[in-house]
Amino acid sequence: MERIATTLPVATERPAEARPAIRAVLSRLNDRILFALAAVALLVSLALPYWEMTLLAPQYPGGLKVAIYLGPRGLAGDVAEVNGLNHYIGMMKLEEAATFERAIAPFGIVALAAVAALAAAVRRRWTALLSVLVVLFPLIFLADLAYWLWYFGHHLDPTAALSSAIKPFTPPVLGTGRVGQFSVIARFGPGLYLAFAAALASALAIARRWQPSQRRVEVG
Amino acid sequence: MSEQLRPKPPYDRSRRVSRRRFLGVLGAAASLPAASALLGSCNALQRKETPKLGASAEEIIKQRQLTPEDVTAALMTYMPSGKYDEYLMFSSTGHGGQVLVHGLPSMRLLKVIAVFTPEPWQGYGYGGSPNRVLEGGSFRGRPLTWADTHHPALSETNGEYDGQFLFINDKANGRVAVIDLRDFETKQIVKNPLLVNEHGGCFVTPNTEYVLEADQYPVPLGGEYAPLNQYKEKYRGVLTFWKFDRQQGRIVPEESFAIETPPYWHDLADAGKGPSEGWAFWNSINTELAVPGILEGRPAMEMATTQRDMDYLHVVNWRKAEQVVAAGKYEEVQGFKLIRIETAVEEGLLYLIPEPKSPHGVDVTPRGDYIVVAGKLDPHVTVYSFEKIQQAIAAGQFDHDEYGIPILPFEQCLEAQVELGLGPLHTQFDDQGYAYTSLFLDSAVARWALGKPYREDGWKLVEKLPVHYNIGHLAAVEGDTAKPAGTFLVAHNKWSVDRFSLLGPLLPQNAQLIDIGPDRPMRLLYDSPIGIGEPHYAQIIKAERIKAWDVYPEVGWNPETQSVDPNAVLKVGEERIERRGKTVEIWGVLLRSQIRPDVVEVEEGDEVIWHLTNIERAKDATHGFALGGYNINLSLEPGETQTLRFVADMPGTFPFYCTEFCSALHLEMMGYFLVKPKR
Repeated sequence: MERIATTLPVATERPAEARPAIRAVLSRLNDRILFALAAVALLVSLALPYWEMTLLAPQYPGGLKVAIYLGPRGLAGDVAEVNGLNHYIGMMKLEEAATFERAIAPFGIVALAAVAALAAAVRRRWTALLSVLVVLFPLIFLADLAYWLWYFGHHLDPTAALSSAIKPFTPPVLGTGRVGQFSVIARFGPGLYLAFAAALASALAIARRWQPSQRRVEVG
Repeated sequence: MSEQLRPKPPYDRSRRVSRRRFLGVLGAAASLPAASALLGSCNALQRKETPKLGASAEEIIKQRQLTPEDVTAALMTYMPSGKYDEYLMFSSTGHGGQVLVHGLPSMRLLKVIAVFTPEPWQGYGYGGSPNRVLEGGSFRGRPLTWADTHHPALSETNGEYDGQFLFINDKANGRVAVIDLRDFETKQIVKNPLLVNEHGGCFVTPNTEYVLEADQYPVPLGGEYAPLNQYKEKYRGVLTFWKFDRQQGRIVPEESFAIETPPYWHDLADAGKGPSEGWAFWNSINTELAVPGILEGRPAMEMATTQRDMDYLHVVNWRKAEQVVAAGKYEEVQGFKLIRIETAVEEGLLYLIPEPKSPHGVDVTPRGDYIVVAGKLDPHVTVYSFEKIQQAIAAGQFDHDEYGIPILPFEQCLEAQVELGLGPLHTQFDDQGYAYTSLFLDSAVARWALGKPYREDGWKLVEKLPVHYNIGHLAAVEGDTAKPAGTFLVAHNKWSVDRFSLLGPLLPQNAQLIDIGPDRPMRLLYDSPIGIGEPHYAQIIKAERIKAWDVYPEVGWNPETQSVDPNAVLKVGEERIERRGKTVEIWGVLLRSQIRPDVVEVEEGDEVIWHLTNIERAKDATHGFALGGYNINLSLEPGETQTLRFVADMPGTFPFYCTEFCSALHLEMMGYFLVKPKR
């Protein structure tokens, strides 16, 4: 993810003589294979967590874990225990977050995989253009996650037992935060990394398809 | 040495220092300078910021006036916070009526398992299903609230502990209890309908087909009245084989049976294994058939029962007895299958072998080839060879007792007699071919060598270690199984005299940990006061064999049936109250920090059926349910469901609340039970 975000824009700012080098690299890539890999990565990501949260506190030596899957597993881990603890500060139940997004997510990911597969199968620019959605998808996920984390931390039930002790807060999307006696460690899950990989592969494939000469890629 | 001492990361329980390595290090610590050097080097590797533990350790040793032996013992037994003991010891509490679980080598008391006596912390006997367990042990319909627990027996597979169940007997009332080691709770108490008082239990057969139990003080069958002048005719001994159903986790009285014997007192027992599998052995006392009657001019029993030089070791072929029962050659007495003496003789189920009078323990050696009888009044252990017993049976040269039971010739069955000291009571074994026998009068543990095939230098006393004081039972790690582990032994001493601070005239008992590692003399390591009963027998199991639950497997778990209860509420919000005529039924939930519903209003005289489910899944999130005035207190562990049934016969206002400090808002976890008076 970092590579795509930094190297591509930087490359455009480089002197003109650098461009043929990028073209040379791009020209060695097979856009079909890249799109196909993106489709596969998205499908595999359904079985893996996209985001994971670990809560550490003295009385939970092993920590509590919650994982978000966009596939059929949905919310996994110590959800009931986290909900039970959250009720003291008046936080909503985890199941109540992003219900719409979570309901459509499995279909959405399958659809994105289909888009990438289409771009692999039909070597046209319009199919590649559709795959921009694959590139944007992980960013949309993170934006939505950030919104819900903010929403949860700012819609605490004022009648909760510890409501007076807790100010509105936003749990971290990535990194460490603190709520009461809990350290909250948020991590991206392998599913999200696969989605980023799919985004990177799609971005490269789109760029490749926009190259004027569609030479055959030599198979080594 | 520094390699061996590299410390573990603080929370890593997966790695274990191997015992040999550990002991190797300790061996080097046998002298004071070496011990302090050891601590110093240990420290150097552990934490750089702590200065010179070597010097501070020496200071502590000096201040506390510790000997090198003390320091070694401390190093062998100290269990740092968060570390687990390697072994678990299950011991009886005598007339405390419960079972204790200690960790070894730390000797920390980990748990008291409520068995025969109500125990409020575990919610045992204060409403809920444990009441039914206790009621199952009623004596002719009368509830009993105490027992004299003597001999715990862990369930076995192929002669080794399997860590699944624990059985314990009640000498005072002739009962046996079953404890499930998945949740460490008592599941069943059975009353032996044929006898009143017992001692020769619990001992299990090598695959826990049967749990052995026998009378101590004979009564007429079923405990009916008969005058003592009919002792020989009416009073009887009973050797009981309780059938155990492992799947159900219950004793099945209908499939159990007993063998009638003359009214000899039966003392301890053991089941054969290996070549002797299918056989069982009981010691006996009072083959004189004496009865008490001091006021009538008869001698006291302590004299009357010790007039003959020999009593009888009972040798029982239970495999054959099983077939005899299957063939229908039994009588139903008090609803229990009983093989009569004549049948037992005819079918060759029961033989007697003379043994030095009034012995105590009978213990089968690990391979099942010898039977060791501890003399009590005789300074020897008498060792019988199972092979020789079989030859004697085959030879058929019997005397008979006055009831017609064949008596095998003593010399033909004898393998060895080893003189150990005064008052030998019980014997355990290690993995080096040594046996350990408690010497009550000598207040010592004797280590002695078994003969071939265990050791070449066999059948002789090796050493004695003084213990404090009046040792009764002893237990070595898995020391009565087919594969003893050696390592440690615990002496259960009846008297502690001067070992602990004075706490009034009832002194705690003293369980002493002893190192029985190979190639070195026995060493006394640690005293553990037992202030909650009188341990008799104990068994020590490798902790890894026990697969206990951390929380109940599913929400709504009924520990009585070990399955989900149909009356469990599985979700918060599904609580409800239903009234049907004079019955009020409540389906409730406990979670941090609510008891739902929190108001229950009934009318005086209503029958209340209250199902309570602890819906928690977090380890240790136990809730209590206390209803003051109605003598109700439950312990609901995570996932557990229990049902209370009682009549609201006392009008008034009764707060109910959670008795376990479960959360910061635990105090607020309450509700009201309102009983409206009758108009």
